[in-house]
Amino acid sequence: MPNYVVCKLTDIPQGEARRFSAGKRDVAIFNVQGTLHAIADRCPHEGASLCKGKITGLVDSDGPGDYRMERRGELVRCPWHGWEFDILTGKSYCDPNRLKVRSYDVKVSPGSDLAEGPYQIEVYDVSVQDEYVIVTL
Amino acid sequence: MSDTLTKPRAITTAGAIDTDVHPPLPRQADLLPYVDDYWKETFQSRDIDVLELMSAPERTKPYRRPDWVGEGDALVAMQKNLLDPLELGHAILNVVSGAHALFDPYLAQAVCRATNDWLADTWLDRDSRLRGSMLVPFQNVPAAVAEIERLASDKRFVQILTLAAGELPLGRQTYWPIFEAAEKHGLPIGIHAGSMLRHAPSHSGYHSFLIEDHIAMTQGFATQIASMIAEGVFAKYPDLKVVAIESGVSWIPPLMWRMSKDWRGTRIEVPWVKDSPAALIRRHVRVTSQPFDGPEDPAEVEKMLSHLLSDDMLLFSSDYPHWHYEGLDVLPHGVPDALLQKAMRSNALATYPRLGG
Amino acid sequence: MEATELDRETTAPKRLGVVDCDIHPAFSNPQELGSYLPQRWRDHIRDYALRTPNPFLGAMIYPRMTPGNGMRRDSWPPNGGPPASDLAFLREQLLDQCNIDHGVLQPLAAGAVTNNQDLGAALCIGINDWQIDKFAGPEPRLRASICVAQEDAAESVAEIDRRAHDRRFVQISIPPRTIEPIGRRRYWPIFEAAEHYGLPIGLHTGAFGQRPNTPSGWSSFYLEEHYAASNSLQTVIVSMIMEGVFERFPKLKIVVVEGGFSWVPSLAWRMDREWKRMGAEVPQVKRKPSEYLRDHFWFTTQPIEEPEENRHLDDIVRWIGADRLMFSTDYPHWDFDDPRFAFRTPLDPADRAKIFRDNAMQLFRLDQ
Repeated sequence: MPNYVVCKLTDIPQGEARRFSAGKRDVAIFNVQGTLHAIADRCPHEGASLCKGKITGLVDSDGPGDYRMERRGELVRCPWHGWEFDILTGKSYCDPNRLKVRSYDVKVSPGSDLAEGPYQIEVYDVSVQDEYVIVTL
Repeated sequence: MSDTLTKPRAITTAGAIDTDVHPPLPRQADLLPYVDDYWKETFQSRDIDVLELMSAPERTKPYRRPDWVGEGDALVAMQKNLLDPLELGHAILNVVSGAHALFDPYLAQAVCRATNDWLADTWLDRDSRLRGSMLVPFQNVPAAVAEIERLASDKRFVQILTLAAGELPLGRQTYWPIFEAAEKHGLPIGIHAGSMLRHAPSHSGYHSFLIEDHIAMTQGFATQIASMIAEGVFAKYPDLKVVAIESGVSWIPPLMWRMSKDWRGTRIEVPWVKDSPAALIRRHVRVTSQPFDGPEDPAEVEKMLSHLLSDDMLLFSSDYPHWHYEGLDVLPHGVPDALLQKAMRSNALATYPRLGG
Repeated sequence: MEATELDRETTAPKRLGVVDCDIHPAFSNPQELGSYLPQRWRDHIRDYALRTPNPFLGAMIYPRMTPGNGMRRDSWPPNGGPPASDLAFLREQLLDQCNIDHGVLQPLAAGAVTNNQDLGAALCIGINDWQIDKFAGPEPRLRASICVAQEDAAESVAEIDRRAHDRRFVQISIPPRTIEPIGRRRYWPIFEAAEHYGLPIGLHTGAFGQRPNTPSGWSSFYLEEHYAASNSLQTVIVSMIMEGVFERFPKLKIVVVEGGFSWVPSLAWRMDREWKRMGAEVPQVKRKPSEYLRDHFWFTTQPIEEPEENRHLDDIVRWIGADRLMFSTDYPHWDFDDPRFAFRTPLDPADRAKIFRDNAMQLFRLDQ
């Protein structure tokens, strides 16, 4: 499974998402409170770019009239139909068993490690002093 | 013409439960024995007599089956035309009364109460196969709850009736005490075709023709069910069942599909709705079989019914004395055998726990 | 059950150009519409506001789930302005990406639903000019709708007369939530004009109306309102058939827009069943109601229903007839359908060509 260096860590601010091409795939990388998560950047419903969705929490309730916002920043709502996906797993909130977005391994490596590893570097000139985001497809 | 037609297919109606049968509406004279002196005076002075709904008039001639029209004791006719030839186990009597549409909350209470007592005395007492739906004044929620409690010990009342179009969408909190009492006593809410005409029957006002009111009635059913789901009635009362009576059946899958899709995008508005509306409808909503809005080809009927993805929802009904079928051919052709067997009896027993004793 | 992912092609199919029957153009700013109105009406709106049956001025009675009153979150043009207000970005995001050869504009501005009928007529004239100036003139893929304020039939006919010669207008647009059921004779002059010019009438779901959105009054939630919108479309069909409109106007063609379509077969069966018994009440209805439905009505597909079992949609398409469905996106609204993915059941290629292109080409005479 190829590893792709897709960007510098500083390219994805906390609480935001960016879209990157890795090989033939478009990957959405989310920075959830300092931890990166990568999922395919296509809603499994009609194909919208999830990067352009709303990053939000899980709305839950104990009954009519009760509203609770949990898991802040860990869900994304599709920019089109508002379907919710768990950024950590790619699973649809409403239909977790049948509907999910593919999720990918993502890690951060110092530039000094990238000189030798089995990495495909498409866009970036790596400098040893920065940290880089690596996605495994 | 009625007896010459053979019973269709594998239907065994012996022991079946007919979930929608209509006695004639009570007249003033029928109700007077069941009201106190004040209401007796009021009924007589203010001409409180038969309360026939404009939206579903009892007198509509095209729906009166010619071989069933006659004078005399309506119960005897019902026995002869329906209960005996079909060898029914039970029939649930639904009085489609204008009591629902009265504005005076106390008059509504008096009419509901008198109608229930009249039904028990003059129908339920006279044929042990009969069961009844109770009328309660939704206009006066505390009185409605009191009426449910008053009748709860009489297990022959198996359901609470309301109409497909009312004053407020049915899921509103105003009505929750009624649902609480209903759930407690194992009484489904029966939503019967008909409108109180508190609001126009269409987005464009009042129709020119009764046929349009009839056709539009599915909008009433669909929006009542949608309201109960969205307001969280089934989250609050997880054992409550709702029966759509005389609704036509085939409007349900489109509601399931549309509402379930919308729910995925809008559920944050109503986060207490934790299952898809399609699943909630399959769990909580039941539907009587006549009238039946389906294709002519039985193979297509079977396809249409398969869209429900449930064998639990369909309940056999004749809608007696209304004219939907000939002879004893009580159900549309194309209902698969397995569903047919369940629809005749066991689905009703699962829906109406009080029928099981 | 196995998890599913969307592994279908991302690129637009090259072979089949699509016709999109429901695109919502927008003004770049509030002054843009004003510039198409006489000074008198600009002053009127400034001083008295644009009044509709909506209880709020400038806000939705059922607030939508996304900004811009329910827009796709990715539809704001990079150069500013609201979604679908920038032709260049609309070309890029919709026409090019979705391979749309022809798109029919459905303006939702308040001309048809404002309470002041003279203002409504002036708004319709302005909106019709604006569609041509801003969209259908510079972009030949886009076609316009003749918006009319239908409660004033005489003025509506006058506006149809003014526009009908311009083939960039391909239909007459009326909201379905008319003050009276639309089959009533007060609207017949509009039908007469439509038939005379061979223009279909498009009835697009309306968020505003004089009457509650359910026959039990106003629903509480947007989840309910979104479904209830199809109620008005059912009313349109039933009213026009039962009032005998198609006996009087046998060439009239009606497009039902943005109501989905899975409810249509059930409605057809119900009308026929009722008519079998109640036909004597409506002697003007000479044939089975479903036959009028079949002959006179077309349905746009969005928001497409998504049965739990995808194949159930095949039955619906077959019962309606693939020659009566026409694809639509509803761009730039949140419940947008993408032509590449909207049907989750594989369509027969011939049916696909009809639904995504040929039916609309023929109905709107788009190759002329």
